[in-house]
Amino acid sequence: MRNLTLFGILTTLLLSASVVIGAGVDLGQVQKQELNMSAIMMFLLFVSGTLGITYWAAQRTKTAKDFYTAGGGITGFQNGLAIAGDYMSAASFLGISGLVYGSGYDGLIFSIGWLVGWPVILFMVAEQLRNLGKYTFADVASYRLGQTPIRSMAACGSLVTVLLYLIAQMVGAGQLIQLLFGLEYWMAVVLVGVLMILYVTFGGMLATTWVQIIKAILLLTGASFMAIMVLKEVGFSFEALFTKAIAIHKKHEAIMSPGALVTDPLSAISLGLGLMFGTAGLPHILMRFFTVSDAKEARKSVFYATGFIGYFYILTFIIGFGAILLVSTNPSYFADFAAGKLKGGGNMPAIHLAHAVGGDVFLGFISAVAFATILAVVSGLTLAGASAVSHDLYANVFRRGRVDEAQEMRVSKMATITLGILAIILGIQFEKQNVAFMVYLAFTIAASANFPVLLLSIYWSKLTTRGAFIGGFIGLITALGLVIIGPTVWEDTLGFAKGSAPFQYKYPAIFSMAAGFISIWFFSITDSSARAKEDIAGFEAQDIRCQTGIGADGAVDH
Amino acid sequence: MQPDMVSKVKNHPKYRELLAKRTIFSWILTLIMCAIYYGFILLVAFNKEFLKTPIADGSVITIGIPLGVIVILSAFLLTGIYTWRANGTFDDLTREIKKDVQ
Repeated sequence: MRNLTLFGILTTLLLSASVVIGAGVDLGQVQKQELNMSAIMMFLLFVSGTLGITYWAAQRTKTAKDFYTAGGGITGFQNGLAIAGDYMSAASFLGISGLVYGSGYDGLIFSIGWLVGWPVILFMVAEQLRNLGKYTFADVASYRLGQTPIRSMAACGSLVTVLLYLIAQMVGAGQLIQLLFGLEYWMAVVLVGVLMILYVTFGGMLATTWVQIIKAILLLTGASFMAIMVLKEVGFSFEALFTKAIAIHKKHEAIMSPGALVTDPLSAISLGLGLMFGTAGLPHILMRFFTVSDAKEARKSVFYATGFIGYFYILTFIIGFGAILLVSTNPSYFADFAAGKLKGGGNMPAIHLAHAVGGDVFLGFISAVAFATILAVVSGLTLAGASAVSHDLYANVFRRGRVDEAQEMRVSKMATITLGILAIILGIQFEKQNVAFMVYLAFTIAASANFPVLLLSIYWSKLTTRGAFIGGFIGLITALGLVIIGPTVWEDTLGFAKGSAPFQYKYPAIFSMAAGFISIWFFSITDSSARAKEDIAGFEAQDIRCQTGIGADGAVDH
Repeated sequence: MQPDMVSKVKNHPKYRELLAKRTIFSWILTLIMCAIYYGFILLVAFNKEFLKTPIADGSVITIGIPLGVIVILSAFLLTGIYTWRANGTFDDLTREIKKDVQ
C-alpha cells in the first residue's frame, strides 16, 4: 500500500513536469508562416522602446555595481515583476495553456508544482543571498571559503547551466519566430542574439531588468485581456465555461479532474526534485536578489513575484479552457481539422486564441510579446554567464581580486559578446536537434552542483573548501554524465538502439543531488587541513552578517 | 567584520531572540507549504474520486478546481505572511541590534 501511494504521487509529479519541459522547446513540426505585418509592427515598437531604455540605462551604467546589479537600486516591486518575467517564459505561457487545452485539469497540477518552489526560496535563501553576496551567487558560496577553488567551481556550474539554457531558448526562439513572423530560422536566431548583446553590453542589469519588467507587464496585460474576453464569451460564468468545454472536448468530463499517466515512480520524484531545487540554483534567478537594496526588498520581491506568477497561472488555465471553446471548434486554426492537428503544433492554442478574441492586431501583439519574452530571458541568462566570467573567473580567480573596475567591466562586456555569438552559433547548430532535454539538464546541474554548495555554505558551519569544491564538481559531473548515458541523449539524440542506454532513468536529479550533497559532506568532515579550520572558523562572522545584514552593501538610488 | 563586533552581536540577547524566532518561523512555513502541496498531490494520486466530486448538486465544477486555486493562493499568502513578519518584527530586532553594536 505504501509503495502504491508513493507510486501515485510520483506519477503525478512526473506527469505534470514532463509535459512542460517538453513543451518549452519542442514545437514539433514547424512550418514557416506568411509574413505577419501587425506582429512585425508591434515587435518593431517593442524593440525601439527597449533600445531607448538601453540607451537611458547606458547613461546610468558606470560602475561594475551598476552593470551587475543595476546599482542595487531596484525596488522589491520592480524586482518581483522582473523575477516573474524570468519565470513566465514563452515556454510556460504557450506550454501550460497548450497543456490545459489538451488535457484540462492536468495543466493546473503542473503550474502548482512550478509555483511552490518560490515560497521555499523565500524562507531559505532569498534574504541570505542579499545579505552575503555582491554580484554573483559565488560571492555567497566563497564568502568564507577559498576564493580560487570555490569561484572556479561556481563559475563552471553557472556557465554550464547558462549555456544549456541558452541553447534551448535560442532553438525555441528560432522555431517560434519562424512560425509567428515568417522569418527564416537563422535570421530569427541572429536577431535574438544581436539584440540581446546590445541590451546587455550597453545597458547591463538596469536595461535587462527593465526589458524584463516591460515584457512581464505586456504579457500579464495580454493574458488578462484574453482571459476576460473568454469569460465575456460565457457571460462571466465559470459554470458556463466549463459546461461548454466539457461538451466540446473529446475527453469530456475527464478534463475537470486529474488524468492518469503511469510511469516509473523514481523518475517522477527525481524530476520533481530537479525542478524545485533547480530553480534555487539558476544563476540568472539568483542574481536578481542582488539588484535590490536590502533583505527587506529581497523578501518583497519574492512576495510580488509569487503573486504575479500565481495570477498568471490562473490566467493560463482560463486561456486553455477558452481555447477549447474558441479554437478547437474553428477549422481555420487547424492544419488537419479531422486529426485535431493545430497549425504550428500543440503549443499554439494561446496564439490562435489571441486571434480568435482580438483579430489580427491582437495576434500581432501576442506574437510580439512572445518574442519579447524570449529576448528578455536570454538577456538575463547572458548577463549571468558574463558575470561568472568577469567577476568570478577574471577578477577573483585570474587576477586574485587585484583588478580595477573599468577593466573588469571591459571583460564582462567582452564575455557578453562572446556568449552572444556562441549562443547564435550553437542555436543554428542545434536547429534540427531535439533540445528539450537541455532545459532539464540545466535544472539538474543547478540542483546538483550550484544549489547544494549555496545552501550548505549558508547553513552548514562545517563546510570546507575541499568539500564544496570536490562535492560541487561531483554533483555537476554526475548530473551531466547520467543525462548523457541516459535514454534521452544516448538513444534519442545519439541514435543508439532503444533500451541500450547504460543508465535507464531519464531524470537523474535524485541521484546527482544525492551525489553532490553526500560528497560535499564526506569531503568536508574528513578535511583536517589548515584551510578547513579557517573555513569553519569563518562561519560565525558569516552567519551574523547573513542574519542581520551588518556589513552588507547599501543601495545607490538612481 | 571585526572580531569584537562578532562577539558583541553574538552575545546580544536580541540576536539570540532573532535567531530563534526566525529559524522556527521559516521552518514552520516551509513545512506548511510542503504539507499543502504534498497533501494536494496525495489527493491527486489517491483520491481522484474526491477531486471529481461536484462542488454543488448539478454543477460541473469539481472540488479539484477550487482546491488547486487554493494551493496557488496559499503559496502567495505564505510568502505574504513571511514578508510581513520579517519586514516588521525581524527587521525591528535587527535594527535594535545594529543600533546597540555600532
